[in-house]
Amino acid sequence: MSAPLYGLVLSGGHSSRMGEDKAALAYAGHTQLERAMALLGARVERAWVSVREDQQADPLRGQFAQIADRRRDLGPMAGILAAQETHPQAAWLVLACDLPLLDEATLVQLVAARAPEAVATAYRSSHDGLPEPLCAIYEPRSHALLEEYVRAGRNCPRKFLIEAGARLLDEPNPRALDNVNTPNEYGAASDALAGRNMREPKHLTVQYFALLREQAGRREEALESAAGTPQELYQELRQRYPFTLGSDVLRVAVNSEFADWTTPLRTGDTVVFIPPVAGG
Amino acid sequence: MGGAGTFRFSHAAIEVEALRRALADPRCGGFASFEGWVRDSNEGAQVRRLEYEAFEPLALREGERIIREAIERFGVSHAACEHRLGDLAVGEIAVWVGASAPHRHEAFLAARYIIDEVKQRLPIWKKEHYVNGDSGWVNCERCATPASDAAHAHPHR
Repeated sequence: MSAPLYGLVLSGGHSSRMGEDKAALAYAGHTQLERAMALLGARVERAWVSVREDQQADPLRGQFAQIADRRRDLGPMAGILAAQETHPQAAWLVLACDLPLLDEATLVQLVAARAPEAVATAYRSSHDGLPEPLCAIYEPRSHALLEEYVRAGRNCPRKFLIEAGARLLDEPNPRALDNVNTPNEYGAASDALAGRNMREPKHLTVQYFALLREQAGRREEALESAAGTPQELYQELRQRYPFTLGSDVLRVAVNSEFADWTTPLRTGDTVVFIPPVAGG
Repeated sequence: MGGAGTFRFSHAAIEVEALRRALADPRCGGFASFEGWVRDSNEGAQVRRLEYEAFEPLALREGERIIREAIERFGVSHAACEHRLGDLAVGEIAVWVGASAPHRHEAFLAARYIIDEVKQRLPIWKKEHYVNGDSGWVNCERCATPASDAAHAHPHR
């Protein structure tokens, strides 16, 4: 007989790249923590929020049953270990708190395909083929192995799943496990949830520096563009200005943070193309 | 114990003594600093003056990150970096880095780390004005010419 399935949403991260608490980010009127707990709660017998000790008084987290970390500086491992220590007889469906595109089908399939005889059941990432450790089921027998892993000074749950030979599944929805770490990714996820179209014309501000400033003959401009990504925007601007630098030697920032060339642009964004740097 | 640190830009001459004093701490027995100076030549051309420009919001944020990383990685008590912007003459200080720690080893490592990362990661650009009246953006124009690009290790991804 397989162990009862309990659920854990990890909310103890520091959200340092986001600059604000990822658990409290709202999508369509609900915080990510509430959304994750609702999705998870429907699939497990009982669900808890994993918190750091200093988060126990937080009102958002206070709505839910909590399990506090007992060890520090172990990242998500601390939450998983604390849950296993609290209820050692259970298997744990562990979810990160930064997966706004996670859908019901993905959790349903994970639970249906659970392999109680394995150490864990997880999805294979649609991006790199490696296990996704923070939407995964950890069987009771994983506890001793996790303890040993942590005692050896290691704390990467992905490498743990690789070495432990977790049962791996293909994702039914390849974007369901895209995590959100920066304000730009938050914007893109909000757009995806709202079904907004990348091709719509949008108001953008472009700022130019150094060689690009001289070649554009301006520091800044506001423009209307249907470009969906910085890559498309730069191609569009090259039609207008005699830019000599190819996008292969540039980097890009959206809203004052480094971004990918394929980041979806949204109306109101400020884009900066960064020529090869020469500080110091 | 978490150390303290800052990254700043300056449009006027860098005040080394004030920066150094800010890192003083009775618990620290070691202090290491690095100064980058404006040199009178680069890749064979005679340089008359330099112009530095930065995308400040991103550079400040990334600069603060580098300082934090140095403090966490090497366990120094304090670290700071100040970078000049605007017009600089030959001999002026373009960048100052300092780190203080209980012992010298960590201070040296942290200072070295900070200057290396600042050069690689911060959106700061340098235009050289040459004695012959020419000028050029470093890494964009001079280094992109076919004559020099084969051997040039581009600091940029």
